[in-house]
Amino acid sequence: MKISPSKIISLLFFIFSGFYLYTAYQIRVFAFDENAAFNARTFPIYLGYAGLIFSALYIILPERKPTNVDVSILEYKKTILLVVLMIIYGITILKAGYFLSTSIFLVLSYIVLGERRWIWVFILSFPFVAIFMYLLHGLLNIYLRDPFLKYLGIIG
Amino acid sequence: MIEGILIGLETALSVKNLLMVMIGCFSGTIIGMLPGLGPMTAIALMIPITYGFEPSTGLILMAGVYYGAVFGGSTSSILINAPGVPGTVATSFDGYPMAQQGKAGKALAIAAYSSFAGGTISAIFLLIAAPSLSKVSLAFRSPDYFGLMILGLTAVAAFSSKGNFLKAMMMVVLGLMLASVGQDSLSDIPRFTFQNMNLADGISFVLVVMATFAMSEALTIIFKGNDPTKAAKQISLSELGSIKLDKEETKKMVTTIPRSSVLGFIIGVLPGAGATIASFLAYGMERNFVKDEEKEKFGKGSVNGLAAPETANNAACSGSFVPLLTLGIPGSGTTAVMLGALLGFGIQPGPRLYQTNPEIFWSVIMSMYIGMVVLLILNLPLIPYIARVLATPRTFLIPLILFFSVTGIYLISFNNFDIYLMIGIAVGATILRLYDFPMPPLILAFVLGGLMEVNLRRSLLISDGSWSFLWDRPLTAVIMLTIIFIVGWQIYKSFFKKN
Repeated sequence: MKISPSKIISLLFFIFSGFYLYTAYQIRVFAFDENAAFNARTFPIYLGYAGLIFSALYIILPERKPTNVDVSILEYKKTILLVVLMIIYGITILKAGYFLSTSIFLVLSYIVLGERRWIWVFILSFPFVAIFMYLLHGLLNIYLRDPFLKYLGIIG
Repeated sequence: MIEGILIGLETALSVKNLLMVMIGCFSGTIIGMLPGLGPMTAIALMIPITYGFEPSTGLILMAGVYYGAVFGGSTSSILINAPGVPGTVATSFDGYPMAQQGKAGKALAIAAYSSFAGGTISAIFLLIAAPSLSKVSLAFRSPDYFGLMILGLTAVAAFSSKGNFLKAMMMVVLGLMLASVGQDSLSDIPRFTFQNMNLADGISFVLVVMATFAMSEALTIIFKGNDPTKAAKQISLSELGSIKLDKEETKKMVTTIPRSSVLGFIIGVLPGAGATIASFLAYGMERNFVKDEEKEKFGKGSVNGLAAPETANNAACSGSFVPLLTLGIPGSGTTAVMLGALLGFGIQPGPRLYQTNPEIFWSVIMSMYIGMVVLLILNLPLIPYIARVLATPRTFLIPLILFFSVTGIYLISFNNFDIYLMIGIAVGATILRLYDFPMPPLILAFVLGGLMEVNLRRSLLISDGSWSFLWDRPLTAVIMLTIIFIVGWQIYKSFFKKN
């Protein structure tokens, strides 16, 4: 028997709702609030039950309009590479600074997606980020933490 | 009211705010034009920048972005038959055939004039309706608000579910669950933080919006292997033909615009309905109103067929501001994003906004109108140039969207945890989108989560823990009956109705 992906997602949501409900019951409330009509755990408990009910209904009831996705045409490699690049971007943004990490992230993302017009790859990375930073930091006075540029004495 | 209009005009017409309307309209048009990226993404991308401004300036910028994005969506519908937003799908029915007949400039002009007229008429309705409704809504109590929030969530779930109501309701619950993370607003007790200090203040609204819209839309385009700019490469975007309309075409528009404006505004006010339904209904209504000879032209480049949905979708945009400004309850995903931004500014929209912050209330309304004028006189002549954005290769487009999203959250939090959380939510949202789990109900629920809990708490405490507050007051009872009707209808439609 083939189970539709939507039902699998609903099953995962059912498990998640169960975990959420269990955690909701573990919320510690003040002793005087324990038997109150409403305390910090009341709303989450209702939400947990609502999640269980809706996901259970979706799992049990027949699907009138199943969503069919041809998984063979999905571009897993590019998507995963982009996500990995974003994670690396997240790791480096505070350490290497905004300018360097953003520019390198953009260059690598363009390359991952198949861009090979190198002049545009360059223009839309380092100079583009520099102009963007000037707009935010210089004109709009929005603080951008960049230890690298600070070390070089470019920003204060 | 005259005094309020003057306050609004004074604020909206300041040099800084005028500049913001122009920037908003321009950037909104560009983002909205790109297929797959709608007003919600456009506004989401702007939020981090607006936090550096005064609330009225930030809101004026976002209102400009909203209208610009709707206008941009129409442009891609007409030129390449790829609606940037669902609200402009009906525009492509007659707009694209006109473009194929070499009348792209004319089609864009009809769309712009209709949008302007629809927006103008509905802005007048908004001017009249909002203050009156604000006064009426002062009579609303916590149970009514709680009921209205459930109604809004149910209606948005019903309209955005595409026949999968349960999927939409799961997204509502997920949005409320995400909103419940962090300290309880009354007792400060931490909930679902798992001893992680980064979660103590809850999950940022900007983070969720960026992750579920901007970032996940970009990832979905790559994951599905779509190239939204492919169609643009096959047509000439610089030679769009004349934008001048003849007498007969103008005459046709004059009859279409008033009725489509009224319909659009009313639909826009209703929770959950919005621009998409308004445009389809207006298209259908117009087809019934015109003579048989004109009816034949529908779908082949009819002026009425193009003017009706364009008028209605813009009128609906203004209409959707009514529940937001008067009750503080957004009726659509886009206005939910606006509400989130308002809350970020420390402003609670609702009946008292009209009295406590009249400059915000009125300047938003007036800036909408100014936004229309900007779109008409600035964007329309520039369309042949702006339309070239449609040809931006996805190899550049997608990384730039991802970069703006990460920058947005980095500017607000300056920590890695939020970036990882955003990536995690975006990946989850991409998978959910793939299987038609709608995102607007999740955003609306996330924004309303805190308010819902506060109103439920008050209602339950007042009624001493009894749920009778749901039917004690006639107004609450009517709201609950409407919810039961919507849920019942959706169940019937999903499981019993044939075809």
